[in-house]
Amino acid sequence: MTPSNLPKPPELASDASEFNINLSKRYRLDAVFATLTWLAVVIAIAILATLLSDVLGDGLGRVNWQFLSTFPSRNAERAGILSALGGTIWLMITVAIIAFPLGVGSGIYLEEFAEDNKLTQIIEININNLAGVPSIIYGLLGLQIFVRLMEPLTGGRSILSGALTLVLLILPIIIVSTRESLRAVPDSLRFAGFALGATRWQVIWEQILPIAFPGILTGTILALSRAIGETAPLIMIGALTFITFLPENLQSPFVVLPIQIYNWISRPQAGFHENAAGGIIVLLAVLLVMNSFAVVLRNKLQRRV
Amino acid sequence: MTFSSRKHRVSTQLTVIALTLALAACGSSTPTDGADSAAGEDAATEGGLSGEVLVDGSSTVFPISEAMAEEFMAENPDVRVTVGVSGSGGGFEKFCAGETDISNASRPIKADEMELCEEAGIEYVEVPVAFDGLSVVVNPENDWATCLKPEELGKMWEPAAEGQVTKWNQIRDDFPDSDLALFGAGTDSGTYDYFTDAVTGEEGESRGDYTASEDDNVTVQGVESDAGALGFFGFAYYEENKDSLKIVEIENSDGDCVTPSVETIADGSYNPLARPIFFYVKKEALETKPEVAAFVNYHLDLANEYLIEEVGYVALPADIHERVVARVEEMTTGSIFEGESSVGVKLSDKL
Repeated sequence: MTPSNLPKPPELASDASEFNINLSKRYRLDAVFATLTWLAVVIAIAILATLLSDVLGDGLGRVNWQFLSTFPSRNAERAGILSALGGTIWLMITVAIIAFPLGVGSGIYLEEFAEDNKLTQIIEININNLAGVPSIIYGLLGLQIFVRLMEPLTGGRSILSGALTLVLLILPIIIVSTRESLRAVPDSLRFAGFALGATRWQVIWEQILPIAFPGILTGTILALSRAIGETAPLIMIGALTFITFLPENLQSPFVVLPIQIYNWISRPQAGFHENAAGGIIVLLAVLLVMNSFAVVLRNKLQRRV
Repeated sequence: MTFSSRKHRVSTQLTVIALTLALAACGSSTPTDGADSAAGEDAATEGGLSGEVLVDGSSTVFPISEAMAEEFMAENPDVRVTVGVSGSGGGFEKFCAGETDISNASRPIKADEMELCEEAGIEYVEVPVAFDGLSVVVNPENDWATCLKPEELGKMWEPAAEGQVTKWNQIRDDFPDSDLALFGAGTDSGTYDYFTDAVTGEEGESRGDYTASEDDNVTVQGVESDAGALGFFGFAYYEENKDSLKIVEIENSDGDCVTPSVETIADGSYNPLARPIFFYVKKEALETKPEVAAFVNYHLDLANEYLIEEVGYVALPADIHERVVARVEEMTTGSIFEGESSVGVKLSDKL
């Protein structure tokens, strides 16, 4: 929007001249602010575009069926990303299955059922704090609890241990976004439901959740998008780097895309750097698919309401 | 979203659906591939070996393990070798907790790690696997630093140099008055430990104001773009970047200026910056798991020495190699370094 599009300040009587000055100043401020926000968008897009063109330029030549369908190798041209891609897909599905019900459930309880007392306040503060804990700390926790103490169940350094660690990492985000979405639903709807004799459960299930669900879903997908790029906690719990088979069950050892990419990028040979760029493209594609899936779901659900 | 035009929305959805289908195609074929290869593995049981070999540890040794594991599994399709990278220290932590069979290390096991293993009752055989030559490089525009003494490197890197030594002419009087910028491995790495020990005499002690990175390619780029820069990293990184960096000769104990090369690293004349790298294998695994023993022997087979050179390291000279093989056969446990660093130690004397 350019300032010339704006309506001209109306002519005012001389006794209101101080308003006149203020008005043009306010229009100017408006224009300045519009330019600033526009600049912010341009900078963000420019950075993204540079990043994408750099990665695509380096790696697009490497992304082909052979790259997707072979295991890593010492030879950069023969190396593929199959075990990392398989590991990432397994891990993300497991994380989603565990984190979604737990996170959304906690969010609904805290927002709709829990009474506002000291205990819930303490829980609330702690959840918000947990959202800011560095991911490596979750890795240490996961190593001790899931890998060592719960070894008979998780199978040690396995997909399940990795998934549980990432679940801990993203649960606070899911809980907070679930609560935000529920809070955005106006109370009048709840009161209307109660007035008609509906139970609390009926109100939540029939009235509140359908409206809040798109928001909850967006929060969950954002949380999963964070989990998919995590490297540090997974290295901590012992995700591998060279592995030439796909996971067979939840107790299988695994590698994920970010670890494979990191390993390749720190190798001396230039061929591996191209592989790393190729790996980044694959990771971006997986992320894009996940996010698109969420957008489709959200649009579908939004129309129903 | 609610007020966007219908046409727009349909096109977005089409794109999304196409992408979803594309992934579904990848996803569905992935498990099939896995199943096929698994079936193939079952069919081919010629080697007779099966089971798992769990390797973890240093990122420096990783390329060797990766190459060995790849070829070993091609010959023994029923054995699954997995290699992790949690660093020399992280590797020993897992190794001494009994979680891995083999631990890679770019430095000898430290005294506290030996204690940890002893407490857990884990005995191990120390196997030097190759040599690496820490290479000191400068920018190609730098025409003065051709040969440096370890003491001169020490002058640049010692803790006391922090904030004080910032110009090249502080190192040697006939060097020009230009800025000195240092790049090197991060403080967690075995590379850093060895380098600091070799040039400052104190393991893990150096100035803090240098550009540290766990990724040696950062050092490569840093030295490439700064005329007054000096950096160090493993020999493989120099080999790959010969054209854009200038190598610095290092004055050895005999007073000769030596460039790192496969020959000078192997014969020991490139000192003190040539270092052995190791793996440690659990004695119990060596005795009870034939697949672990087979994998260790595969490492030591002279026919596979080319793999070590292929990934940028220097194979052990024949006499040392012989003694290492004997050591594994006799299952001599413990460390020849007794918890000390490997700087200034001749492997041939100790073995």
